[in-house]
Amino acid sequence: MSKDIRIKKGLDIKLVGEAQTTTIAAKASSVYVIKPEDFHGIIPKLLVKVGHKIKAGEALFHSKSDETLVFPSPVSGTVAEIVRGAKRKILEIRISADATQEYHDFGKKDAAKMSGEEVKTHLLAAGCWPFIKQRPYDVIADPSKSPKSIFVSGYNSAPLAPDYDYVLAGKEAALTASLTALTKLTEGNVHVVTKKGGNSPLANIAGAQSHTVSGPHPAGNVGTHINKIDPVNKGEVVWTVSAADLVIIGELLLTGKFNASRTVAVTGSQITNPTYVTAIAGASMKDLVAGNIDTENTRIISGNVLSGKQQGEEGALGYYDNQVTAIPEGDDYEFFGWNKPVFNKISVSRALTFSWLKPNKKYDLNTNTNGEHRAFVTTGTYEEVFPLDIYPMQILKACMYKDLDEMEALGMYEVAPEDFALTEFVCVSKQPHQNIIREGLDLMLKEIG
Amino acid sequence: MSLKSKLHNLKEKYKGTKMAPAFNALHTFLYLPNETTHNGTHIKAADDLKRTMNTVIMALVPCLIYGMFNAGYQHYLALGEIEAANGFLGGSFWTLDNLILGAWQVLPLVVVSYGVGLAVEFLFAVIKGHEVEEGYLVTGMLVPLIVPVDIPLWMLAVAVIFGVVIGKEVFGGTGMNILNPALTIRAFLFFAYPTWMSGDKVWVHGAVERAGTPDAISGETLLGAYAQNSSLPGIDYWDMFWGLIPGSVGETSKFLIIIGALFLIFTKVGSWRIMLSTLIGALVMGLIFNGVVDAGWIPDTSKFYGLMSVPFWQHLIIGSILFGAVYMATDPVTAAQTNKGKWIYGFLIGFISIMIRVFNPAYPEGVFLAILLMNVFAPTIDHYVVQGNVKKRMKRLKVKTA
Repeated sequence: MSKDIRIKKGLDIKLVGEAQTTTIAAKASSVYVIKPEDFHGIIPKLLVKVGHKIKAGEALFHSKSDETLVFPSPVSGTVAEIVRGAKRKILEIRISADATQEYHDFGKKDAAKMSGEEVKTHLLAAGCWPFIKQRPYDVIADPSKSPKSIFVSGYNSAPLAPDYDYVLAGKEAALTASLTALTKLTEGNVHVVTKKGGNSPLANIAGAQSHTVSGPHPAGNVGTHINKIDPVNKGEVVWTVSAADLVIIGELLLTGKFNASRTVAVTGSQITNPTYVTAIAGASMKDLVAGNIDTENTRIISGNVLSGKQQGEEGALGYYDNQVTAIPEGDDYEFFGWNKPVFNKISVSRALTFSWLKPNKKYDLNTNTNGEHRAFVTTGTYEEVFPLDIYPMQILKACMYKDLDEMEALGMYEVAPEDFALTEFVCVSKQPHQNIIREGLDLMLKEIG
Repeated sequence: MSLKSKLHNLKEKYKGTKMAPAFNALHTFLYLPNETTHNGTHIKAADDLKRTMNTVIMALVPCLIYGMFNAGYQHYLALGEIEAANGFLGGSFWTLDNLILGAWQVLPLVVVSYGVGLAVEFLFAVIKGHEVEEGYLVTGMLVPLIVPVDIPLWMLAVAVIFGVVIGKEVFGGTGMNILNPALTIRAFLFFAYPTWMSGDKVWVHGAVERAGTPDAISGETLLGAYAQNSSLPGIDYWDMFWGLIPGSVGETSKFLIIIGALFLIFTKVGSWRIMLSTLIGALVMGLIFNGVVDAGWIPDTSKFYGLMSVPFWQHLIIGSILFGAVYMATDPVTAAQTNKGKWIYGFLIGFISIMIRVFNPAYPEGVFLAILLMNVFAPTIDHYVVQGNVKKRMKRLKVKTA
């Protein structure tokens, strides 16, 4: 049964620097970087040493808790360096890429003729499993469990996010193949949610339940869809896959090659010509934005402005990310900034802030916090931008005082940090909501499992 | 070197020392800090707590200014030196004489309230090493508005120290307190110095010192008069609405309070749910009492008759129910925090306020007691509202497993 979801609570943050719908190929990077921290909760056990030659798709490391869960190299080349931090924690694996890419051949498969077990083994072996995430806890899915349903969001509503209708156009074959494979992994449904009125190649794929969604951000967040279509109860598991990752899985099935190249939206007010580029996961930021950025006092983010990760100019594209945002740093004082009328920043209140006058204006926001960290004081603001049937402030406080029973009762199994990005944005007390939720989820994972 | 970079260097110098919170508190008043986001959201909305609190203060300023004029006006009027002003723009109200006398009385209250309160806040911030939170900015403004104009300054200082320390800091500071600090201060004054805070002398400047002399003037409030089954001469409903009556400094002008309320609702800083439901609660209780009087259950000799027979809508323009509903009950920290809870919380405040007003003739102003009482019950209300959500989730699970 297909559903038409309408979200009323939320906030579209309109920023300067939306990508034009043209795609150029980024210059191939000489070094690609894989960061184990992109795979939350995974403790890596290395399978390679410095100097090893590897092909694209061959495993670099596996998870300490599960040997079958391997993480592949996105490119072929030589392992150049393994960067370690405190307690020898692995921070980065740097691979210098070959001039011509060689792919490990995993063999062509027809997903329709495979059993669930075969699909699982194939995806694990080919290193595509990390693309499948699970709720509760927002971590890489546990292959030993079976989910009650699988969700794919075909709409990204985050600020300046890549337009999936554009990015996925022409990839129908790969999308169909990977969705067919996903249907084998669950006894329930595979739910695909696309933007209402959009033209998504995902909208009409046989075998999956198709839904539409409309409304402000977080209308495109998969957490919103799960809450509205099939909420997670205690003891249940739901898996999620991002639409962009479906293409990589699909290509593996169709060609037998692990090709981690993505269409990345390069966005933000510091980018001269915001556009789409094709690049491989782990590519160097410098190559992605080469000659197209004002580096003066700029923050480069892998991902969107709400939940992305800050990268230096020497940084790399995150494993899951298909967006790069560059915005100005806001490390300057503002004279009487706390009480003078504000016209150039976004606000959900009208306390001498005038963004309500121009709902369609695009803003050039910087990274200033616009105030200091405080205790929770105001109430009712978070609810305005939080569409889930959960009390946001209460669950945040439960996480802060680590009451596992209360966290469970208030709906902790249903949420991921990204669901709290908007409440963090509007928070008057400047509390780090996403971090609080992440730590809460980690605590639950450790104590309850 | 500019002021900005000088202050920046000073900030770096004080960083990590005991004095850092004190310095930062002053610094951030001049400049929005240069802090940037770390991982999490990389951009933040324009509002911070200072802006929120500042909005409430702006909504209070008209009441304060009006309170100054009114203090002088009530004084000269009681002495018979001026004619009664008819209406809000009455010629004998907005005069320089009124303002000078009023300001002379009211400004010291503001200075003492802010001075003493902020000193306590700074002290605790330095001792505990956290930033100075903005909560007191509003409290410090509310306090002068809810005390009688002739209150001795030492009394106010003692009450402010008590209110901030016991009402707020012992719970962990702004955001953690259970009781509204401004009302804690008011309650302390009321129970520690009852002869000062009630009675018929303190509400008009000069009434106390003239008591017992041939020049004695009445310093009574309307509510006090009603409670004794009488009324004050020469006051009509419009005077009550415009605020040309004796009372606490800032609470008399219903007109300006409504303006402030609309401003708070428009800026989305004050909760319209609480304001509206408080008024509904007060009206309902007033209607019930009117019904009781109409049914003839209460003889007109009863000591409750005077206030019970007041037409229900008039309860909103006498006393400080409107001020309490708009500025006190809406304090987000001590009010109910869920939207449903806010309706219940506000309704009960209005309901209980009028009940206390009628049944407690010794001191008829029940609003502050009602709000303090509901402050205590707000977490309980929230608990049951949140449990509703939890139960829904449990039910979902049971349907699945069944």
